[in-house]
Amino acid sequence: MDFPKDLKYTKEHEWVKLDGNVATVGITDYAQDSLGDVVYVELPQEGGTVTKNEPFGVVESVKAVSDLYSPISGSVTEVNDAIVDTPEAINEDPYGDAWMIKVDVASLDELDDLMSADEYQKFIEEEK
Amino acid sequence: MKVKKTPLYDTHVALGARMVEFAGWQMPVQYSGVIEEHLAVRSACGLFDVSHMGEIEVYGKGALEFVQRITTNDAGRVVDGQCQYTLLCRPDGGVVDDTIIYRFNSERVIFCVNASNTAKAFDWINAQQRPSTVTVEDVSSAYAQIALQGPRSAEVIAGLIDVKPAKIKPFHFVMAVVAGCDAVVSRTGYTGEDGFEIYCEPDEAVTVWQALMEAGRRCGIFAVGLAARDTLRLEMGYSLYGHELGDDITPLEAGLDRYVRLDKPEFVGKDALVSQKGPNGGLKKRLIAFTLTGPGVPRQGYDITVNGAKAGAVTSGTMSPSLRIGIGMGFIDAGIKDTAGLAVVIRNRPVQAQTATLPFYNKKMAGAH
Repeated sequence: MDFPKDLKYTKEHEWVKLDGNVATVGITDYAQDSLGDVVYVELPQEGGTVTKNEPFGVVESVKAVSDLYSPISGSVTEVNDAIVDTPEAINEDPYGDAWMIKVDVASLDELDDLMSADEYQKFIEEEK
Repeated sequence: MKVKKTPLYDTHVALGARMVEFAGWQMPVQYSGVIEEHLAVRSACGLFDVSHMGEIEVYGKGALEFVQRITTNDAGRVVDGQCQYTLLCRPDGGVVDDTIIYRFNSERVIFCVNASNTAKAFDWINAQQRPSTVTVEDVSSAYAQIALQGPRSAEVIAGLIDVKPAKIKPFHFVMAVVAGCDAVVSRTGYTGEDGFEIYCEPDEAVTVWQALMEAGRRCGIFAVGLAARDTLRLEMGYSLYGHELGDDITPLEAGLDRYVRLDKPEFVGKDALVSQKGPNGGLKKRLIAFTLTGPGVPRQGYDITVNGAKAGAVTSGTMSPSLRIGIGMGFIDAGIKDTAGLAVVIRNRPVQAQTATLPFYNKKMAGAH
């Protein structure tokens, strides 16, 4: 299982990559593996806002429905509509092609309580 | 209650299966991935451990007549070596369980019942009035059950069985030797594909499983878990107890009229079912099958609406791996005849749907054969 070092992680199994003021958000390798085959994804509209720790979308596998929780607050500048048509990309490339939204971050302080790759890996070991 | 393990538990773990508790059993929910497993059964073949299913044996003089009196289908039409899908009903018409009966002879019949209902079905059957010559016995622990399903099943089993697969007709069974092990082998299944269900001694389940996996390798066999078993049965529109069937649902409400022979002599539940079918129609709800025409995945419990008004609820739903659209079944008020304007409410938003004829999936549709 893969946990890139340059990302921050949430307890809800999302990842964030910060580039200047813009955060790219997706779900982790662990999340996609736990879900199994992803068959449906629902994402917010471009221009909408997301709030830290609040649902911003939904991902569904054959068996289950899971909310997506935003790691940060801000306005949505870009949405990866391609994965709506090919949700299986979330299983295949969760950190790459299957990024979900880009957010213009309101306050960078909000990233402080997110986990590093090592911390996240330890977290999921304990959760098992 | 202790969670039970089938004789194939270690085999599943070694294959990397994800194990879950189901009906009191540790069962594989998936191995490599539910969609891949599902499609393997549609295009080639898959192997399922269904040892959690229960077996109840009814034997002795008068056994068949007893079976005839407690089931809805016409057991009198079943010959030795034949199986029949049928239902056990309560006097009020509610379903105790749906089951497949195996007629060995007129004095020995075995019911294959749902794992979740084994104890209940046994208690029910055992409580029914019968001649003292008829014994009812829960023989579940005497059998492991392995299902080989998919268009290449006959090819896979041919080299391992001492009977020509072509000799086993659909819904018939034989006593055979499979991979050196004594077994009851029926041409039945829960996927809509050709296939076999193999009942063997628990001690020999691993031998039978390994031999089938080995023989199936060149055909592209997959081990298949409960998740794909569910999507496969749902694409066929097969009822699942606890979803489309229950103690408070009659077979007529579930659309299973063809398995209810109201023209046969007295059977438990007949009076209630006759009056439900009669001119004054006691049907309160009816089962519909639907496909979503909008995006989304229908799930059990979601509301079904017609022109915005609540009409019922979804009993089973999924994203069909073969058709790649949302499919489902559910009950609506029997009074609703016109289902134009059908929708399924997903997260407070109505998603347009249309009724479908079953099965959702057939070979022609897929262009597979």
